[in-house]
Amino acid sequence: MESSIQTKAGVDPTQVQALEEKVGALEKRLRGLEERAPEDRVSLIVFSGDLDRVLAAFVIATGAATMGQQVSMFFTFWGLSVLRKGRQLSGKTVFQKMMALMSPRSSQSLPVSKMNYFGVGAKMLRSMMKEKNVSSLENMISLARDLGVRMIACEMSRDVMGISESELVGGLECGGVATFLADSLKSRTSLFI
Amino acid sequence: MSQSFDKLLDARGLNCPMPLVNARKEIGKLEPGKVLKVIATDRGSVSDFQGWAKIAKSVELVAQETESVDGASVYVHYVKRTT
Repeated sequence: MESSIQTKAGVDPTQVQALEEKVGALEKRLRGLEERAPEDRVSLIVFSGDLDRVLAAFVIATGAATMGQQVSMFFTFWGLSVLRKGRQLSGKTVFQKMMALMSPRSSQSLPVSKMNYFGVGAKMLRSMMKEKNVSSLENMISLARDLGVRMIACEMSRDVMGISESELVGGLECGGVATFLADSLKSRTSLFI
Repeated sequence: MSQSFDKLLDARGLNCPMPLVNARKEIGKLEPGKVLKVIATDRGSVSDFQGWAKIAKSVELVAQETESVDGASVYVHYVKRTT
């Protein structure tokens, strides 16, 4: 840029310098903006432990990952039920035991948000989905893993609810609010489900 | 490895988001270039401090260590104030 301007006759060198400074300032601003620009990223908070809501979360997660987005799913409170592989009562407080007994032991036993009728509704929805050839929740969870979806279990709610690490499926990351926000602030889409 | 630091913050026993919130408070009192050492028992703090350093412009994560004290894990973070 410098040489091409200087080769032309009649150009004031102070003008050139002023222009260079302007370009430099603009480049700096652009770099700053680029750093803050969102990435091809989608972040989901899975707060709910309802089968229908969790299904929606996994449809979005697998869909976004298929479309080339980096996907992060942050599981907190009732959403942790999705990641459970079993129930264990030893080492829990009375309240934690009660909570464990009243909450689903794995993704297989999640209720539906409406018309659950003690699990009949969830069974019905699962068989209706099968009839229509929709992937089961468990298939979608393993698909999400294959697609490289980042799954984070909220450490604080896990601790409060007394869910031990051995009750959860493997291959999870643990983290807190800043772990989620670091991804969410770089995302084009963030959803709370 | 012993990392040098200028101030120590004990966040043991605290849960998300308190180790981070307290660290933010303490680092605000330090001069740029100084390092805050945070000790926490919250396992999620490892990933949280990484996330904080990634997003916040004025902090840099210098080092992270996991130590074992009486059979329990303790997570140590060294955070530097940059500006």
